[in-house]
Amino acid sequence: MTSWTPNRSPVAAPHVHGRTAIPQVMRTVLLALLPATATGVWLFGWPALNMIVLSIAGCVAAEAAALAIGRRALAHTLGDGSAVVTGLILALCLPPWAPWWLPLLGGAFAIVVGKQVFGGLGQNVLNPAMLARVALLVSFPLEMTAWVAPQPLFSAAAPGFLESLAITFGAVAAPDAVSAATALAPLKTGGEFAAGPALIALGLGTVPGSLGETSALALLAGGALLIARRIVPWQIPAALLGTLALLAAIFNQIDPAHYAPPLLHLLGGSALMCAFFIATDPVGAPVTPSGRLIFGAGIGALIYAIRTWGGYPEGVAFAVLLLNAATPLIDHLVRPRRYGRLRSGAPLPVIRREDGR
Amino acid sequence: MMMIVSVAAVAALGLVLGWLLGLASQWLGATVDPVVERITEALPGSQCGQCGYPGCAQAAAAVAAGSAPVTLCPPGGRAVAEKLAEIIGTAFDPGNVPDRGPLLARVRTDYCIGCSRCIKSCPTDAILGATKQLHVVLGEACIGCGACAEVCPTGGIDLEGIPVTLRNWRWHKPGLGKA
Amino acid sequence: MKIFRFRGGIHPEGNKDPTACHPIARLPLPKRLYIPLQQHIGEPAAPEVKVGQHVLKGQRLARHQGSVSAPVHAPTSGTVVAIGDHMAPHPSGLPVQTITLESDGEECWVATEPAVDPFSLSRAEVSARVRDAGIVGLGGAAFPAAVKLDAGNRHPIETLIINGGECEPYLTCDDRLMREGAGYVVEGVRLIASGLGARRTVIAIEDNKPEALEAMRAAAAAHPGITVLRVPSRYPMGSEKQLVSTVTGLEIPAGKLSAEIGVSVHNVGTALAVCRAVRFAKPLVSRVVTMGGGAIRNPRNVVVPIGTPVADLVEFCGGFTVTPSRVLMGGPMMGQVLPGLEAPVVKGTSGIIALTAAEAHAASQRACLHCGRCVDVCPVGLVPLDLAARVRAGRIDDAAELGMGDCLSCGCCAYVCPAHLPLAHLFNYAKGEIAARREAQRKAEDTRKLAEARRLRLAAEIAAKAARRSARSSDNVEIGS
Repeated sequence: MTSWTPNRSPVAAPHVHGRTAIPQVMRTVLLALLPATATGVWLFGWPALNMIVLSIAGCVAAEAAALAIGRRALAHTLGDGSAVVTGLILALCLPPWAPWWLPLLGGAFAIVVGKQVFGGLGQNVLNPAMLARVALLVSFPLEMTAWVAPQPLFSAAAPGFLESLAITFGAVAAPDAVSAATALAPLKTGGEFAAGPALIALGLGTVPGSLGETSALALLAGGALLIARRIVPWQIPAALLGTLALLAAIFNQIDPAHYAPPLLHLLGGSALMCAFFIATDPVGAPVTPSGRLIFGAGIGALIYAIRTWGGYPEGVAFAVLLLNAATPLIDHLVRPRRYGRLRSGAPLPVIRREDGR
Repeated sequence: MMMIVSVAAVAALGLVLGWLLGLASQWLGATVDPVVERITEALPGSQCGQCGYPGCAQAAAAVAAGSAPVTLCPPGGRAVAEKLAEIIGTAFDPGNVPDRGPLLARVRTDYCIGCSRCIKSCPTDAILGATKQLHVVLGEACIGCGACAEVCPTGGIDLEGIPVTLRNWRWHKPGLGKA
Repeated sequence: MKIFRFRGGIHPEGNKDPTACHPIARLPLPKRLYIPLQQHIGEPAAPEVKVGQHVLKGQRLARHQGSVSAPVHAPTSGTVVAIGDHMAPHPSGLPVQTITLESDGEECWVATEPAVDPFSLSRAEVSARVRDAGIVGLGGAAFPAAVKLDAGNRHPIETLIINGGECEPYLTCDDRLMREGAGYVVEGVRLIASGLGARRTVIAIEDNKPEALEAMRAAAAAHPGITVLRVPSRYPMGSEKQLVSTVTGLEIPAGKLSAEIGVSVHNVGTALAVCRAVRFAKPLVSRVVTMGGGAIRNPRNVVVPIGTPVADLVEFCGGFTVTPSRVLMGGPMMGQVLPGLEAPVVKGTSGIIALTAAEAHAASQRACLHCGRCVDVCPVGLVPLDLAARVRAGRIDDAAELGMGDCLSCGCCAYVCPAHLPLAHLFNYAKGEIAARREAQRKAEDTRKLAEARRLRLAAEIAAKAARRSARSSDNVEIGS
């Protein structure tokens, strides 16, 4: 056979493509979130699973509705998986025993206000999940800070599946006995900073906190996968955690009683989740290596400042949103030098090498 | 008390900033060069009259006054339209402006009677020939304005697009796909 | 020897094994050859044969015209049956002036100048022989080789780099050439070096071609001025700018020639052609072509007379196993789709690649994620996603300001884009639009000058008429008085 009908409209090179595609990127992110998700569900029981399902459902339903209103290809866009990722990240940031409407509302807000009003995936300026987290925190401060102590699945005090429905769907209020304070609470309310064995608990995640943010080990495992697969650039987490740790260490040296030690800052809140899964959302992050370092360092510094001197015990969401807004500026200022040109864009001077090498 | 303080603060801020802006516009304000002059410079300057104005200067005045669109110059095409839009500071999507591409006049040899009217009408002296002899268009100098075609008594001048060859072939804009 | 790293780049799947393992085959003489007059960058050649004329193999069919041009020669003996339009090997499918030659099967060579000791020739003589042989860069760019040699007269050349990178996937013609003809290649390299007056020579070969490296090392061992350098396999290593940076650590300043920093780059295939031309006075009438891609039944490298229709080559390689989704001339990263199998092989044809749909990994476009992978891989240091956004919005001038003109069209950005955006295609379009605008601007300036000249002429005519009239009236007055 030597017959072949050429295309009418010519296509330009390249004619081969790498294997990376957006749906596959999103699947890898979901896979990397799996350890934190599983740990969260195990630690906080069936209500946590309800939260995850409701948050994802809220996001996907809102995305579908927005696409339908905009008359865009439903299956093609939903297939990119980004709504599921947003839903899961939002769920992991919420208190695990929150009422049912919180994740639904948050998911819909994230997609509609955070993403679709800008024109959909890639067009938004701010991180949708963090926008929703801030909106919920500002609107419903009580529900958003109702932390519970971990009650692992199948342990004696853990609620059963039916009981969990009652907790999530609000038939009974969460028993007062389980309400607890997070490891970062002493930053605002004073008191002893966690140290020694308590830090090990922070590593494992057996402390009160957001659904998927308590276990440092699970988050690190997922983050390592993302960096190894080159799904996220290493510069953002490195600069973020480095800056946060450095600032914490400096102030902790100055006054250990008043300023929390670096390890507490790294392990005690949403810093790890943010460093690997939230700040690295490419849509709102700079595109050059040095831009990413600036971006990560900026978030790290803001997290520290908000936690230490701000009005909220956790500043991750605000820090990410502020730096998201600064990203176009960073991208504008930090451009790679072009081949054969100076940084200014002028051609390099002609240098001849007469000496061999 | 609190309310009075905030109102006063905002009012003071507004006053100070407004005053700064006023200063800035005086001190840093760009020296605006005469818009009409810049537009005239951007136009081809061949006075071909295809825009409906007698010459390029009049067309420039109309664009500056806003009574003519930036897309008024057919020989200038998209590039001139974009430049005019930049000068008078309007936004427009150049993708939506039809760019018919440059045209060239061509004398049909069997129609030409050698009357030389086209030669006199040509704004760029792009037609060669003498009375009673066949005329010919210099492609390099022709701007495709069509003035010659209008005066030709035998209708023997056509405006044609420049044929696509390997040398001037260009890649088309790729489709945006579904997204 | 130290190797420098260039920015960006990618590691596409090589897919070189199916063709690299077979020796170069020889194509049986095709019945008809279609020899385009423009197979190179620059002015087309001017035909000097007539329809019906019988020509011998190696006889010049068309001479070069202008400073950047190359002649073309008859790839076999036979009769000129047509001079006119034939499909060009170009994605547009437009025709090109082509000489059609019907072979007589004799392969009868024209009388050539006797073989000489090539190293007794002067630099000018080497360059003249290269020019008369119609040699152009065989790596794909097809820039006339003699013009590059002559640049050595204006700018002293410190380093000659021989490009054995062959970084494009699928292509193995240079690999096989180095394995099978290392001696001739090295002689050609030495001739180019002496033609340029280069002080040192580096033959750069990617580390995915160990056999070629070995063969070239052995062939160059006797020549201390030549270094065979193993460079990492990273696309676009074979691009002139990136190769110069890798070997010398220098960058070619924007808008300058590599000769201006004392470096000249030639392809290994060009070196072999130079050896033939200078030692044996044989013009460039055939070349090695890689017949690859998943849709070719028997992939291999083939020596092909210039002008052979692609269809003949495909048939020689057993035809297609499945209907290919694209048939390319050149490699899959920078090669061009063919408009049809009637198009002929030309001097710059390094390969014919018939890709199956599965090989292309094509997928429908999605929205740009702003992930920056294109920025990471751009060997020039551009920000492709920014350029693409501007080009899409029609803001061509903004794109030009951000460095559109520096783009190599290497396709790294489009290769890695997880949204499958046609970035390289957008940039091709933008570069064409920039060229068209520059042309329009030049024309507008000319128009203004012409209009001004006409205004002055008309004014002068009116003044002259007025002067005549006043002269005549004053005459009348005199007569009347």
